[in-house]
Amino acid sequence: MEEKLLEINHLKSYFFTRKGVSPAVDDVSLAVPKGKIVGIVGESGCGKSMTAKSIMDLLKYPGRIVEGEILLDGKDLTKLSARERRRVRGEDVSMIFQEPMTSLNPVVKVGKQVREAILTHQKVDRAEAKRRVLEVFRQVGISEPEKRYECYPHELSGGLRQRVMIAMAMVCRPKLMIADEPTTALDVTIEAQILKLIKTLCETTGMSCLLISHNLGVIAQMCDYVYVMYAGKIVEQGDVFTLFDHPRHPYTQGLLASIIHLDEQRERLSTIPGMVPNLMHLPEGCAFCNRCGQAMDCCRTKKPELYDLGGGHAFRCFLPGESEASHA
Amino acid sequence: MLKSIGKRVLQTLVVLFCVSLLIFILLRIIPGDAITTMMGEHANAETIERLTKEMNLDKPFYVQFASYLRDICTGNFGSSYTLNKPVTELISAAFPNTVMLAVFAALIAWVIGMVCGIIAAVRKDGILDRLFMGFSLLGVSIPVFMVAMLLQYLVGYRLHWVDISGVKNWTGFILPAIALGWNSAGSIARLTRSTLVEVLQEDYIDTAKAKGLGQGAVLLLHALRNAMLPVITMMALQISSLLSGAVITETIFSINGVGRLAVDAITSRDIPLLQGTVLFTTVIVIVGNLIADCLYTVLDPRIRKGA
Amino acid sequence: MPKKSNPLQDDFRTEMAAEREALAAQLGESDTFGDKMRRLASDNKLAVFSGILIVIFILMAVFAPLLTPYDFDEMDLMARLAPPSAKHLLGTDELGRDVLTRLLYGARVSLAVGVIPTVFSMLIGVVLGMVSGYVGGMTDAVIMRLADVVLSFPSLLLAMVIMYTLGDGITSIFIALAITNWASVARVVRSETLSLRETEYVEAARSMGVKDMVIIFRHILPNCIPSLIVLFTLNVPSAILSESSLSFLGIGVQLPKSSWGLMVNMGRTYLYNAPWLSLVPSAAIMLVVLAFNFLGDGLRDVLDPHLKNS
Repeated sequence: MEEKLLEINHLKSYFFTRKGVSPAVDDVSLAVPKGKIVGIVGESGCGKSMTAKSIMDLLKYPGRIVEGEILLDGKDLTKLSARERRRVRGEDVSMIFQEPMTSLNPVVKVGKQVREAILTHQKVDRAEAKRRVLEVFRQVGISEPEKRYECYPHELSGGLRQRVMIAMAMVCRPKLMIADEPTTALDVTIEAQILKLIKTLCETTGMSCLLISHNLGVIAQMCDYVYVMYAGKIVEQGDVFTLFDHPRHPYTQGLLASIIHLDEQRERLSTIPGMVPNLMHLPEGCAFCNRCGQAMDCCRTKKPELYDLGGGHAFRCFLPGESEASHA
Repeated sequence: MLKSIGKRVLQTLVVLFCVSLLIFILLRIIPGDAITTMMGEHANAETIERLTKEMNLDKPFYVQFASYLRDICTGNFGSSYTLNKPVTELISAAFPNTVMLAVFAALIAWVIGMVCGIIAAVRKDGILDRLFMGFSLLGVSIPVFMVAMLLQYLVGYRLHWVDISGVKNWTGFILPAIALGWNSAGSIARLTRSTLVEVLQEDYIDTAKAKGLGQGAVLLLHALRNAMLPVITMMALQISSLLSGAVITETIFSINGVGRLAVDAITSRDIPLLQGTVLFTTVIVIVGNLIADCLYTVLDPRIRKGA
Repeated sequence: MPKKSNPLQDDFRTEMAAEREALAAQLGESDTFGDKMRRLASDNKLAVFSGILIVIFILMAVFAPLLTPYDFDEMDLMARLAPPSAKHLLGTDELGRDVLTRLLYGARVSLAVGVIPTVFSMLIGVVLGMVSGYVGGMTDAVIMRLADVVLSFPSLLLAMVIMYTLGDGITSIFIALAITNWASVARVVRSETLSLRETEYVEAARSMGVKDMVIIFRHILPNCIPSLIVLFTLNVPSAILSESSLSFLGIGVQLPKSSWGLMVNMGRTYLYNAPWLSLVPSAAIMLVVLAFNFLGDGLRDVLDPHLKNS
């Protein structure tokens, strides 16, 4: 097995609201190998963004990490002091967000915002910092970097802003970049460009990437290894080929079935019935049981464990072996 | 940017014109005769005639208004008929005191209000937040004259910390300024907190944190700069309420300021003086708002280049 | 014309309604006004307490004659400036009148001054604001310039000038406060109207040729109501404060009538030897204003979280 850069073990991040405790991230374990792109996929509200925010220590009150470890190069981030944790942010791990429109400070020039990342972590003078910013701007494909440096965010298009965000995430040469739905807010043509950019950057710099998306197409295109999340838990994991060719969990199967295939003639679009359950009122058994077409009695009373199929493929269900046959 | 500021200045001029017209109408077209209202029933015919001529009351309305406009544009507000001095002279004697009072009060209000608002926002839902917000609501709700009299009674009369027999030097302004600033401090604290809480939820705050900036840097470099925009507008609006409050504070602490002049003018039914003080104060408010708007335009790049 | 029901459509409607409800339940949101009030009642004890306090003040004002053995201008020259005692719970003033009695009667004036001009200023503000926002163009520009003019004055000074023109008395106060306070209401209503005018359902109604008046009363006004309730609750205390300031300066309510501001003004002369004369009515003003503000704040939190900066 290749060397792991990031390893999360049994991470639990809960939100403590007045109405009750909401387990946004419930016993999640995952790993990101060096130089690889790992994807987390799931519907909105399944806890994928919260997992990313837990890694970055950006959970907002009333949310916090309850237990578990986040190992970066073998060092547990949850044990670090606030100061050390801050040094890791931006320097070793950086993050790009979903909304390039709102993720940049509207009243500060974009060049300055990127330069700030360097000045925070490295002892260089402003001129040198600016030189490096321009270099990274070129690297992420921003034309006329000198001119863009002086622009305010509202003067740039969505695609350019996301490039600025990537530049900001890249500028300190981090080991890991977390991309939380980096292209959801963009046009399809721009989406393809940005995804290609991220992939190229990972390949050329040896950086790892944790890519979060609800879009299976994006995941299939980009990732080496995939985790499927549902209601705060990982329900299936595996390398991208195995997972897409032989999905085992009924939820993954449902997700894949709901992709529109233009070459197929179908009466209706396939959907997963029902909605994502409220995390505060999860069913007693499997969180998916109320929407699952194959739910059995035990699904409603007991929580399924992760069932290892070997080769890194695992899924959380009581239906080992049978489900594939019934759905083939 | 120049274009939007120019438009704003033009708008201000229109408002200024309307304001002077409104004051003119309110003070001249009162039910009954302006002169008798001013002089009371016992004025003799000669005085009435003289004043009628002096105030152009025998001419048609538009002539009156035109000469009034010409006068105020040249800084001639006429003569106070009770004090027998040019209104301009009276105002320029009183104005420094009002400025001193208002500036002191504004400093107290803005510093205390902003500091409390920032702390409350950062420690949202904490004890300090509740405490400050409770206090600020008290600040907004308590009448100016109550703070003034409480201070006068407790600090001046009971504790003898400050001389309250009149304003002799700048220390005399301390109590009045606190009394006057109290209200504004409350509203500024509340606004600072609510905008800052909102700004701290913004995505770019997460971006800044993800960069590895410390809490202080995030607050100073990113959050405050955005949160300050509405607060600056509020501060400009505060000029108006500070000047309103100054009327009361000056009366209670016997400060010879413009507000007290206005109250005296009303009680002695002195139209030129009332007209002059009200017009003058309003112009200050309007100019203050104009400055704040220009400042806003400079601080917010979205408006600067967008408009 | 009788409405023909289309079973398919009805089906769709119930389905949509069910889905909306499920979604609302999941988000922990409940939409009805009653639900919001219940939430206010359960979450914000301070607002509830304030509401109760306001009711108590109103009852005290209404039943003032029953609550006190004295008449509001009954003088007892033997007991002038008497400190609080069993006979006079809050003491007597310079003419030996019972302060508590005058306070109760004064509450009538202060509460009336809080509510009546606010109702009028809200009416003016709502009509002008809606017209301004809905019609736009020249009308909008004129109305908004007018609002600018009113807002340019320090409010107390404008009220003073209007009082000077109209002469002293309660009616003049009502008019003065209505004139000074409508502008800020108009601004809020205008901006709400502007954003509501752009919503899909108003656009849809317009495209179907629904009359403007109908759109305003069916779609825009109902949507402004939460903000209006909040504005009303927050404008009442500011009107009370304005009246007390005017009366305090001697240009509001006149003797022998009693208002809290006037009591403070009268008592000020005796601040050092009979502080209760001015501090008790001041405290009454503060309590009522505080109660209204807490209630308004609480209402705003549940009804209209966006109306923060006014």
